[in-house]
Amino acid sequence: MMLKPLVMLVDDEAPFIETMSKRLRKRDLTVLTALSGQKAIEKLEKNRNMDVVILDVKMPGMDGIETLGEIKKICPLTEVIMLTGHATVETSIEGMRLGAFDYLMKPCEMKILMEKVMEATEKKRAHEEKIRDAQVKESLTRHGLE
Amino acid sequence: MNEKKHRDDPFYKHLARRIIFGIIFVSFTPLLLVSGMILWSFHHAYHEKVNAHLEELVGRHTQNIDSFLDEKLSDIQLLVRSYGIDRLQDPVFLSDRLEALRATYDDVFTDLGVINEDGIQVTYVGPFKLENANYHKAEWFNKALNNPYYISDVFLGLRGHPHFIVAVKQKFQNKDWLLKATINFQAFNSLVENLRIGQTGFAFILNKEGEFQTTPSFEFTPQKGCYGFFLDCGGETIVDDKVQVVEKTFEGGAKNLYATAFLKGGDWLMIFRQESRDAFGELNRTQNMALLMIIMGGLVIVTLTSILTKRTVNRIIAADREKETLNQQMIETGKLATVGELAAGIAHEINNPVAIMVEEAGWIEDLLEEEDFKEGENLAEFERALIQIRTQGQRCKEITHKLLSFARKTDPRVHEVQLNALVEEMVSLSAQKAKYANVVLETQLAENLPTVNVSESEMQQVFLNLINNATDAMEKTGGTIRVTTGSKDDDIIIRVSDNGPGIPKANLDRIFNPFYTTKAVGKGTGLGLSICHGIIKKIGGEIKVESNVDVGTTFIVRIPLDKKDTDDSRDGNDK
Repeated sequence: MMLKPLVMLVDDEAPFIETMSKRLRKRDLTVLTALSGQKAIEKLEKNRNMDVVILDVKMPGMDGIETLGEIKKICPLTEVIMLTGHATVETSIEGMRLGAFDYLMKPCEMKILMEKVMEATEKKRAHEEKIRDAQVKESLTRHGLE
Repeated sequence: MNEKKHRDDPFYKHLARRIIFGIIFVSFTPLLLVSGMILWSFHHAYHEKVNAHLEELVGRHTQNIDSFLDEKLSDIQLLVRSYGIDRLQDPVFLSDRLEALRATYDDVFTDLGVINEDGIQVTYVGPFKLENANYHKAEWFNKALNNPYYISDVFLGLRGHPHFIVAVKQKFQNKDWLLKATINFQAFNSLVENLRIGQTGFAFILNKEGEFQTTPSFEFTPQKGCYGFFLDCGGETIVDDKVQVVEKTFEGGAKNLYATAFLKGGDWLMIFRQESRDAFGELNRTQNMALLMIIMGGLVIVTLTSILTKRTVNRIIAADREKETLNQQMIETGKLATVGELAAGIAHEINNPVAIMVEEAGWIEDLLEEEDFKEGENLAEFERALIQIRTQGQRCKEITHKLLSFARKTDPRVHEVQLNALVEEMVSLSAQKAKYANVVLETQLAENLPTVNVSESEMQQVFLNLINNATDAMEKTGGTIRVTTGSKDDDIIIRVSDNGPGIPKANLDRIFNPFYTTKAVGKGTGLGLSICHGIIKKIGGEIKVESNVDVGTTFIVRIPLDKKDTDDSRDGNDK
């Protein structure tokens, strides 16, 4: 059985994060929240095994794109789903070019969001698995066991 | 109407006047200066030429007449000196002499006579019976007696015919005798008569008293007083023996050209007179012709200037009008962009609270699934309310998304577009406006309509324009707009029909022209249909209009399915 996905919700709208996090937890996810890009980075540094970050594009201070860059620097394997209003669709697409997993438009259907989160988690974990396999292989080769 | 209003604008009137005056001033100044200079030089040269010609002619005639008189005097002097008075008193001999003179000079000599100092003509040969005629009271006789020779003025004398006398004095037996010859007036007169120029130029001779010594050849009323002017200054000019040429107008008469010269030692004055308009007729004709050409040229310049200026000013008016409309369009575009940005901002901001609302509803939905709530008696009501919240949230999302789609800048990039979906989107955007105008919007969309490769935002613009125009046309009356889609051969056909007031035939040809509008000032730029036309033409399609007054209007848009073909055909056209 798959481990509970570890998800971080990043948005400057506190009520949105509050409700969304409750709904995600109810769907058996481990949810961390952050009200700004800066705080998200701080939390990510403490939780480097983060599976998915759901990131709002338009935020005061460090915006979504900037935060995405920092996330990818700290945890390249962590998948990022951009959450956007209509006016920032182009920015979100730009985010995907920079390594985001997908983008969703606000307000979004919980069902769709859950699907994306699960896909992203699987992708991230598959990626980790591959890396682990490669590392094991390399270790075995190094010790002449293969 | 609008152009007329512009033409009546004082600015354009002033501009037209300035251009006309400018061109006329620049054209006329050199024309008049050069023409004036040429005409003045020509006038001056022609006058000099005519004067010189007259001087020579009159001078030559004066010399001829003087020679004539001298010659006749010499002949008489020769007779007296050669034969003496005693011999000349013999009538037979004198008659022979007269015949000899006549043989030489034809009829110049009328008669010869010998007169004693008492004035009695002792011998006479000639056609009259003047033997023993007494001249002692005659003026000429007394003057002749006091001079060695004498040539008289023309007078009537005893015979009653005009004539003049040449007399030579000789002493004989201590008494003074005169040999007198009468000169035929006609012979003398013909010398002067010969001097004829043009239609009015003739000559005559006056004596010192201003009496005519010759008969002017054609109708001419001698006005003695008129010529006093020439006689008065005669004393001074006689020394120079020159011909004087003057142009003068005597009271009540026309302007005449006079050439005068003294002869017979200053006793007689020869006057040549010609009307100026005759003497300078050729010059006047040339000047009149030149003047006529200048006037005609001037008229051509003025006419062309005013026509060209009118055209130029009309073009300036059209350009200014276009500029004004473009400015207006720019302002409208600016306003639209601002409104679009504002709408985009508001839509984006609204999305956040709507998202929270939807999420809260979702959370309640999640909670309702728990055991405690599942048994509640109002569960069905809660669920209905939550569905309603979600539905309305979704509706808000759609509205804001449409607003945002429209506010986005026009993107000319070509995508695969499903025109049915696009038409529905535009119809839904226009629904509110149509509702206020009491207009029903209907669609009849063909199933399985193929997609086309076009710019989505440009297509949005086309259909929104057509629907809005139809709505505007039925603003007062209300009605129905029907949008249908369908395909025919290799084209997609979209029809936007209304049952509004229709477009009059006279306007149908112009509705796709830029800046043509029938809407009230400030309501339409006249660019909508022109832009639609341009967009559809660009993709190789066609936009047509069919309209009947009081029945309705249908715009038919044809979009080719295969864009490759249109590219080829466009290439072909370019070639």
